[in-house]
Amino acid sequence: MKRALTITKRGDRDLVMTREFDAPRKLVYDAHTKPDLVRQWLLGPPGWTMPVCDMDVRVGGTYRWVWRKETGGSEMGMGGVYREVKAPERLVSTERFDEAWYPGESLNTLVLIEQGGRTTLTQTMRYESPAAREAVIKSGMEKGVEASYDRLAELLAASAASQR
Amino acid sequence: MQATHRLDAVFAALADPTRRAIIARLATGQASVMELAEPFAMSQPAISKHLKVLERAGLISRGREAQRRPRRLEAKRLEEADKWLERYRNLWEAHYQRLDTLLEQLKTQEKERKSR
Repeated sequence: MKRALTITKRGDRDLVMTREFDAPRKLVYDAHTKPDLVRQWLLGPPGWTMPVCDMDVRVGGTYRWVWRKETGGSEMGMGGVYREVKAPERLVSTERFDEAWYPGESLNTLVLIEQGGRTTLTQTMRYESPAAREAVIKSGMEKGVEASYDRLAELLAASAASQR
Repeated sequence: MQATHRLDAVFAALADPTRRAIIARLATGQASVMELAEPFAMSQPAISKHLKVLERAGLISRGREAQRRPRRLEAKRLEEADKWLERYRNLWEAHYQRLDTLLEQLKTQEKERKSR
């Protein structure tokens, strides 16, 4: 089953993502905080791997993620600091890309709410300023991501098939 | 206008709540300046200023009727602004579909552990 992911702008510097999962929130939380689980799904665009996934999940602890493109070897890295850690419902961290194209960092808040064995995930990205958020949005449009729609469609089809 | 500048104008135009409300109103059909001013505690000149910003960004246009000059939405511009969110959504959809698969595995593992 395909579940709807919504991404909306809220206020003048937030982007908000929501998605429902058919699993208790403890598992969803684990999948966001245990490196061996994170690297199984947070793989970036198709054709990329995640060779670095270091996470020290405690207040003040840092994390570091690096993705590498299989062909050509270009890399993309990011990391930040955990600000709030409240298992299994809330995780607040900062996020900064190595080659940041927007000013400052974003503050990311993950909130998990469980109801009847299902979990609603809300991920809020708060940018430093309205201009920073617009820069994020615009850069994505101008530079584009390396994954084309076709490849993404292939991956989605494959992942849908593997769930059947 | 260059694509980049046009997008700048679109995002600047959409950064204001009154203008977003005008867009939402026009999404239901064209309307005159007077009709557009109605729901807001604002003078017609103030609304006209907002309409000018939206027009410059290419988000709305004027109809031909001489008296009313109704405004209508230019949906294509909005779609351009939405493309990035669409692409971002596709990326995260791919992530979360993988997460779905992982969660199914984890649930199975938990059940097995409990039944042991």
